Amino acid sequence: MNTALKPKHQRLVLVMLALAVLIGAALLAAWALRNQASFFYVPSDMAADPPKPGQAVRLGGMVQEGSIETEADGVTVNFLVGDGDATIPVRYSGILPDLFVEGSGVVAEGRLGTDGTFAADNLLAKHDENYVPRELEGMHREQAGELVAESLQ
Amino acid sequence: MIPEAGLAALWLAAALAALQFLAGGIAVHRPQGNELLASLVRPAAAIQALLTGLAFLALLYVFSVTDLSVKLVASNSHSAKPMIYKLSGAWGNHEGSMLLWVTVMALAGGGIALLERRLPERTMMATLAAQAFVGLGFYAFLLFSSNPFERLPQPAAEGMGLNPLLQDVGLAFHPPTLYFGYVGLSVAFSFAVGALLTRQVTPDFARAMRPWVLFAWIFLTLGITAGSYWAYYELGWGGWWFWDPVENASLMPWLAATALLHSVSVLAARDALRTWTIMLGVVAFSMSMVGTFLVRSGVLTSVHAFAVDPERGSFILALLALYVGSALVLFGLRAGTISEGERFAITSREGALVVNNVALSAILGIVLLGTLYPLLTEAFDVRVSVGPPYFNPVSAIFLVPMLVVLMVGPLLRWRKDSLGRVSKPVLGALVVALAALAAALILGPVEVLPAIGFMLSAGVAVASVMPLAGRNVLRLPLATWGMVLAHLGVAVSLFGMAADSAFTKEVLVAARPGDTSEVGPWTVMLDDARPVAGPNWTAMAGNMSVSYRGGDAIHVAPQARNYWSPVQSTSEVAMATRWNGQFYAMIGDEGEDGRWQLMLWWKPFVTWIWYGGLLIGLGGMLALVGRVIADLKRRDIQRRVSERRDDAEVTA
Repeated sequence: MNTALKPKHQRLVLVMLALAVLIGAALLAAWALRNQASFFYVPSDMAADPPKPGQAVRLGGMVQEGSIETEADGVTVNFLVGDGDATIPVRYSGILPDLFVEGSGVVAEGRLGTDGTFAADNLLAKHDENYVPRELEGMHREQAGELVAESLQ
Repeated sequence: MIPEAGLAALWLAAALAALQFLAGGIAVHRPQGNELLASLVRPAAAIQALLTGLAFLALLYVFSVTDLSVKLVASNSHSAKPMIYKLSGAWGNHEGSMLLWVTVMALAGGGIALLERRLPERTMMATLAAQAFVGLGFYAFLLFSSNPFERLPQPAAEGMGLNPLLQDVGLAFHPPTLYFGYVGLSVAFSFAVGALLTRQVTPDFARAMRPWVLFAWIFLTLGITAGSYWAYYELGWGGWWFWDPVENASLMPWLAATALLHSVSVLAARDALRTWTIMLGVVAFSMSMVGTFLVRSGVLTSVHAFAVDPERGSFILALLALYVGSALVLFGLRAGTISEGERFAITSREGALVVNNVALSAILGIVLLGTLYPLLTEAFDVRVSVGPPYFNPVSAIFLVPMLVVLMVGPLLRWRKDSLGRVSKPVLGALVVALAALAAALILGPVEVLPAIGFMLSAGVAVASVMPLAGRNVLRLPLATWGMVLAHLGVAVSLFGMAADSAFTKEVLVAARPGDTSEVGPWTVMLDDARPVAGPNWTAMAGNMSVSYRGGDAIHVAPQARNYWSPVQSTSEVAMATRWNGQFYAMIGDEGEDGRWQLMLWWKPFVTWIWYGGLLIGLGGMLALVGRVIADLKRRDIQRRVSERRDDAEVTA
């Protein structure tokens, strides 16, 4: 035999290489998930322990009664999301989900600005009976949760 | 009567599956003295396919006539729906889609029983027994916990209707296509189990399995392409991929099937990668079942989660554990006894395909972890969602080297080659790739990922047609054409993704009738907003005149629709398509001052994403046809040779 690898050895080398890459991928994924997963906040959590400005997070709660205001451009809305303890001002530019009304539950995807206003890229409201943002389930553990649950029934 | 007949056909089919499993199992275990039992296996599989087909037709029938005494029809259909949505409603719900699953699975089993003659009979028996074993679990699921033919004690006065988001032509074809793919992979799984049981992992086995893998993979490719386009225009968010759990559920089997497709080619051509191919066969169908579990159980939130029932999730989870677990145990016991195949150098076609396989598996792992991570954290009461900031860069880390190797791999020879021999075409492709990168950077500020996308799409496009160079294109095997087209499709699709994410223009305005807005090269005038009505909805339609670079005005009318059964509002986007992209418009609410909210997009080359998907699917079809024709020719020659031998014996 010369320098060529024996079949058994070649298989071993291939398996080791493949395993190394796959384990590398898993470690990379685990690291990236810790950094890139977007965490879910309710307003009282966000008020007590705000996420870093610019970090992508989700904010869920009730759209406060009488808080929806449309700006002069006709497409930007400001409203308050509350959970009974705290409220967070939210700003959103775009077409509102069909079932977005005052007193309903909503999940806003976006980031908290330095001025304490949550800039939403996307609003998830209950848009049909089959789709409830999972974060809105089981919110009864929060003080305002009962209200949210009722609004989603 | 018809529903009862359908149910009876299902029970009979289940009984035949049990027979097929037992007879096949005994014939594998003790081939001598059980020839009679063995002769029952193929007919059992064929008749099973016929019976489930009849059951599915029965379901279509009750939906077409809106038989409201059937519970499933009453809760998912409505007499006022257009016929096509009545029919597609048959599989737009849990029970119906599981019946479709079982039907496709039985059809695939019947297909192998009738068509496949290349494998040793004992391996065939093991394969069919495995197919029946998997089938039995799903029959049990269907008959005991999701009977689609259940009657109501009192017929309902009217049906509850179908979710309006699902009342769309895309839906009529998207789920069945995906199911053909998902369930087609069950054949690969059964082949892998059959080959493990009889230790017959040979090139012949790979050649027998390849058309079935191709078949499933073509359907998965087309299903994902169609699903992406459906989400793009129906959900109205302007995006074409959301990394949503349900989308990932279809992507994961596709990744595994793509890897399997390439490794099975190595096994067929070169008798290498034996164990790995078997492993992928098991993994691919496992991913189909993981996907079904994610979609059907509702454990993960999804914009697509339409027909969910948490209690049924545990049944599918149990099936998943049973099948994947037993297959992995079998794999663990037998893998060591499969001897290693042929050797190859690192710089060879096989070496490049190993890179492809490892990279695809890594991406599969990344998507799987990202999809399941929210479930994992929820166990610790932490709620997270995982989106593009995770999936895009992390999967790109493995996608980029894979595509670089894709530029070289098809040019390499099997077994052993040198990079020097292919340096000219590879350098050519690299130059084109760098030119594309430079062009993208000159055109405007582009982010890192789209820039890499432009570069690789140009390089892959050039490299993918290189295998045609210097060859007589008329005499090239169809399978080679298939490879070229599919790889070109990857480049086209990648270009569409890069162009869409780099150059999309988005404008949000509140406009009065008569107002004009600009988005990219388009001029958009809102003519008026008028109510319109359909068979089961009313809507406000925004009539717009749009023109591209001052050209002729095109009329588009996005709608905000209200369905009345079930009561729900949806947004119907309107699009104007050109060869170089799409104008995409949505209408929102009317403000108190009489202005309408309009969302307008110009998406350059976005359609190329789906054209690329179609090219990939077309490439798969050419390869499949080419392989089948080659196989028929080979059989014909073998038959003639044996006939001639018989003649020679007679005349001797």
